[in-house]
Amino acid sequence: MTKIALKISKVSKLYRLGEIGTGTLGGDLKRWWSKVRGKEDPFAKVGEENDRTNDSNAQFVYALKDIDFEVPEGQVVGIIGRNGAGKSTLLKLLSRVTTPSDGEILANGRIASLLEVGTGFHPELTGRENLYLNGAILGMSKAEINSKLDEIVEFSGCKKYLDTPVKRYSSGMKVRLGFAVAAHLDPELLIVDEVLAVGDAEFQKKCIGKMQDVAGTGRTVLFVSHNMSSIRNLCERVIVLDMGKMIFDGDVEEGINHYLSLNSSEGGVSFKKNYSLNNKRFVSEISINENQGGVIEYLNNDIEIQVGLKINEELTGAYLGIIVEDGQGNFLIVSSSDEMENDPVARLSKGNHQLKISFSKRILKPGKYYLSFSLRNNSGEIYHRTQRELCFYVEDNLSYRGMKNRYRTVALTGVDVQYAIVE
Amino acid sequence: MSDWDIKISSHKGGFNLNLREVAKYKDLLFLLVKRDFISIYKQTILGPLWFFIQPIFQTVIFGIIFGQLAKLAPSDVPQPVFFMSGIVLWQYFSDCLFKTSETFITNQHVFGKVYFPRLITPLSIIVSALLKLGVQLMLFLVVFLVYFLFADSHGLEPNWTIILVPFYILMAAGISMGLGLIVTSYTTKYRDLKFLIQFGIQLLMYYSTVIMSVKLVEQKPAFGGYMDYVMFNPMSPIIEAMRHAFIGEKGGVFEPLFLLYSLGFMLVVLLIGIAVFNKTEKDFVDTV
Repeated sequence: MTKIALKISKVSKLYRLGEIGTGTLGGDLKRWWSKVRGKEDPFAKVGEENDRTNDSNAQFVYALKDIDFEVPEGQVVGIIGRNGAGKSTLLKLLSRVTTPSDGEILANGRIASLLEVGTGFHPELTGRENLYLNGAILGMSKAEINSKLDEIVEFSGCKKYLDTPVKRYSSGMKVRLGFAVAAHLDPELLIVDEVLAVGDAEFQKKCIGKMQDVAGTGRTVLFVSHNMSSIRNLCERVIVLDMGKMIFDGDVEEGINHYLSLNSSEGGVSFKKNYSLNNKRFVSEISINENQGGVIEYLNNDIEIQVGLKINEELTGAYLGIIVEDGQGNFLIVSSSDEMENDPVARLSKGNHQLKISFSKRILKPGKYYLSFSLRNNSGEIYHRTQRELCFYVEDNLSYRGMKNRYRTVALTGVDVQYAIVE
Repeated sequence: MSDWDIKISSHKGGFNLNLREVAKYKDLLFLLVKRDFISIYKQTILGPLWFFIQPIFQTVIFGIIFGQLAKLAPSDVPQPVFFMSGIVLWQYFSDCLFKTSETFITNQHVFGKVYFPRLITPLSIIVSALLKLGVQLMLFLVVFLVYFLFADSHGLEPNWTIILVPFYILMAAGISMGLGLIVTSYTTKYRDLKFLIQFGIQLLMYYSTVIMSVKLVEQKPAFGGYMDYVMFNPMSPIIEAMRHAFIGEKGGVFEPLFLLYSLGFMLVVLLIGIAVFNKTEKDFVDTV
């Protein structure tokens, strides 16, 4: 049996919402008075789950509720979840920044947490001085740092600037130096928050490599990321958190799918929307619906968007336009229905209509996209227009373990090229 | 598998000084002190000379106001020696108290990201301030020797209690750290204390013997029995004893009972301070 490196049993963390204190002196006094009499706090409403999209009156919220898992020595575990799922809270507990409200965490060996790189850097001190300071803050002894100094400096690639005050460093250099120290910590349990998001591509590659090394030497790693490809690259097990609860624990691919399916219902990127319109003479209702939710798997069907229209009076000369942008705001697809020979939207009779818009998603590489659409009349009237309101993800469901797939994410498009031997 | 190295639970634990862990991080203590020392005077022209300027000016001003105008200092001993001995020690005390009382607030960013025994931070403040005190004591010794060696010793009567001076300094360190730890623990929730401490330290100086010779004051008819009163400030017996060591009977009172009171005060405050601090450090991030 392998040794257990980390055991988390029934851990919960309760946070108070809003201001500390009831907000009024009267409320504070009431609370104090009931406390004196040994009664329950009249203002506390405990036990709501952590759903930040719901407005509720509760004073407390569970950032984590009954988290329960064990990690055997040498395993690399990815923790994924949407914003506010409780990932950071869990990491905070593990790195002993704060204590759980309930439950217990047991661990063996040194825990090093990288919730942030370069913690405690002092801008006036030189790179070398900060390197020592940062190492000591993370728990290294001076002798330990001395023995690894060359390695650390080499890894950071900041040798030339080592005796320059850190305040003159670029932000990338600070991160490099910080990560270099942390990477040489050699803890039994390494906890990494998304520190890899910074730094250039070359450095990110270095970091991933270093973490793979750490994992390879039998160290236990907990890794939090929104970047599914690095989760795939590094982890052998995935834990999905949602609204403070553990909703999945197990296989990486399954976990990622589980996580991605959560996104479809995330507020703000929902694909089901009803719009109220200003001018209700012709069109009184537009709803938009995308079958697969906000996540579109790479190799499956084409992208389909359904638009529901309620037409009050027969409408002629209307057309529908769509724009698909990538996350950087590049227009990838600009199209309108009147480009078609028989524009189905040109004549709309009174009543309810469902329109289907579809295009091949093969042209989209994995990533996040925004969809805007508009319903206009060729006389210039705009019935409705959305701008970057709808968002969807194209997720590559191929395994990332080949070189090919790494190139896929950096390509401009995702078009499949056919190869065949013709002679 | 019952022996885990690290156990994180909701129990805050009882009275726990956690000193063993602090010892593990002694390198960090050293580096923090070094950081403080280096960073304070970077990009200044005079550098550590500023350590001298502050007590010199204060001594001059105190000499004029409290020595010449208010006549609160003995006239038959050199007043620079008299005032500077008090000022240097008091400055150390107030530096330590003020800075340790801000520990959680100023370091919340680092504390929110990495774990290390938080007690290291106030300790590093105390030690950093100790370096500054050391430099200032040199200045004081120069002033003292100038008066003592030249011009017939000027009525200065240094005596054996000089060997106790390190203990006086330790006591000042202990009292300020203890008080500072208590204050910083409560400022995580109530910022009011921050304002209190700012002018509180200043007020406290006037309620101490920094600005006067308590013996002289007692002889004034309206102030009989003032000594017992001002000695409630645990720093007063220490400052008095410090002056006694260098100046002799005329400079200050050396009274073991008063010193024992200061020592007791220090121990109590320090123990309470560390316990409260260790309790607060565990989840102050949530309330700060």
